[in-house]
Amino acid sequence: MAKDLPLKIEAHDFSFYYGAKQALHSITLGIPERRVTAFIGPSGCGKSTFLRSINRMNDLIDGTKTDGHMVVDGVDVYSKDIDVVTLRRRIGMVFQKSIPFPKSIYENITYGLTLNERPSKSDLDSIVESCLRRSALWDEVKDRLHHSALGLSGGQQQRLCIARAVAINPDILLMDEPCSALDPISTGKVEELITELKDTYTIVLVTHNMQQAARVSDFTGFFLMGSLIEFDRTRSIFTSPSKKETEDYITGRFG
Amino acid sequence: MMQTSSSSMPLPKRLIGFFAVTIAMTAAVAVLGIILGMVGSFISNGGDGVTWSFLSEFPRNNNTEGGIWPALAGTTFLVLLMTILGVPVGTATAIYLTEFAKQDSWFARSVRFAVNTLAGVPSIVFGLFGVGFFIQFMGNGIDSWFGTTSFGDGSLLWSSATLAVLTLPVVIVAVEEALRAVPRDLREASLALGATRWQTIVKVVIPNAVTGILTGSILAVGRGAGEVAAILFVGVTYSSESIPSAVTEKFMHLGYHLFVLSTQSPDVDLTLPLQYATTLVLLGLTFLLNLTAILIRSRLRKR
Repeated sequence: MAKDLPLKIEAHDFSFYYGAKQALHSITLGIPERRVTAFIGPSGCGKSTFLRSINRMNDLIDGTKTDGHMVVDGVDVYSKDIDVVTLRRRIGMVFQKSIPFPKSIYENITYGLTLNERPSKSDLDSIVESCLRRSALWDEVKDRLHHSALGLSGGQQQRLCIARAVAINPDILLMDEPCSALDPISTGKVEELITELKDTYTIVLVTHNMQQAARVSDFTGFFLMGSLIEFDRTRSIFTSPSKKETEDYITGRFG
Repeated sequence: MMQTSSSSMPLPKRLIGFFAVTIAMTAAVAVLGIILGMVGSFISNGGDGVTWSFLSEFPRNNNTEGGIWPALAGTTFLVLLMTILGVPVGTATAIYLTEFAKQDSWFARSVRFAVNTLAGVPSIVFGLFGVGFFIQFMGNGIDSWFGTTSFGDGSLLWSSATLAVLTLPVVIVAVEEALRAVPRDLREASLALGATRWQTIVKVVIPNAVTGILTGSILAVGRGAGEVAAILFVGVTYSSESIPSAVTEKFMHLGYHLFVLSTQSPDVDLTLPLQYATTLVLLGLTFLLNLTAILIRSRLRKR
């Protein structure tokens, strides 16, 4: 498959443990640059754990351990001299629950930008506008930028979270079931957004929704019980899966 | 004929049910009655005594006349200094415990054990600790190192420090609860944007927990304001000619003043109106602090 595409993220025999429990078993795969890669699979199959291993969010949990290599831009993110904070600044993340900070819409977008620098007001203003435009939220919120983000609807909040992640100008966007709490219309908007953003970003999307994976992704990986069963172009996975487990799952025979 | 389910139950069961409800109800009424009776008696007996001159004058004639101004001022200074000394330490400890410590490490567990033990220590023991540690060890230490003479004796400073230690568990537990109530998702969202742990704590966790931190501090203040036993040996005095002008001076205190009025006076009956009025002021002060805590909490919750 797709050997011609440059790879942004590569896992080599990557295993992950929560204490004594092994959650990922020697995962090897390559995620192509500026494409949407989706991970599907039943709950607890390890797809979120894999996603959260890319920007080392799992570090926050006590007693976890990794094995093998997780390589981003040719560098193993678990090697000793990696600065996690710098790594995370290059990798944006959108979570399952839309969780704006209880601050204004404007402050939510500028949060990541003002952590270490003091950009000028006009720079911030233009970044806020462009990020909100990118996430198709500008027209809805431009008159209340300084109102609390908690006043937005669920779908708007999730698009704000995407705008917030985009604001720090990452190369990679990790999305952990970004639509699972949204209604169909908001879901549609977020999916549209994903399709637009993939020209700029390498997007990795974890989803429970197979139609969503089929609609927005270029590549799909199927996880089952901590193992990667199959990884291929999305079209191949959904039309002619090579593994029986994949076929059973996408045809709804289990999971 | 209609039959309710209770009347179809056998008689003994119905009797047990009846008695259980009656006992529970009586207990509830009794609690309410005790509180109302207590507050009512202090208001009716002491209400007239709480006048502006009572609040603003010094005691006269061996504490049998005059007001409580130095005790009121002393209590206020004590509580302020206690807050300044105790709340930062308690908050820092709670931040360490929730944000940095590995939850099952022996160190975090020992700190938690110490906090819980501290909460159960009788307050008079804190007073003795204050004498031993603050006055004798620290105070005398400071005096001999710096050639001063004012630290090796009971004072406002050492009383505040003793109370700060006494109220630490209250602060730590309240702040820890407030910090834990901040959703993990918010922390993760901040870290995922490239914030360090410390930036996340300062910019996301603490602003979201500020209600709890304030409530905890005010509860600690309420606890400290009424505490007498702990300061008995570390700086409180039964009479004073002036308001303390330095932290190394001795001070008067409402609770201790009440104790003095009711047991140490040559004519206890003569001081009875003063006792009632003082009690009412102390009660009012504590009530006011708790009310402030409640108001701050509801104000911030609305935001």
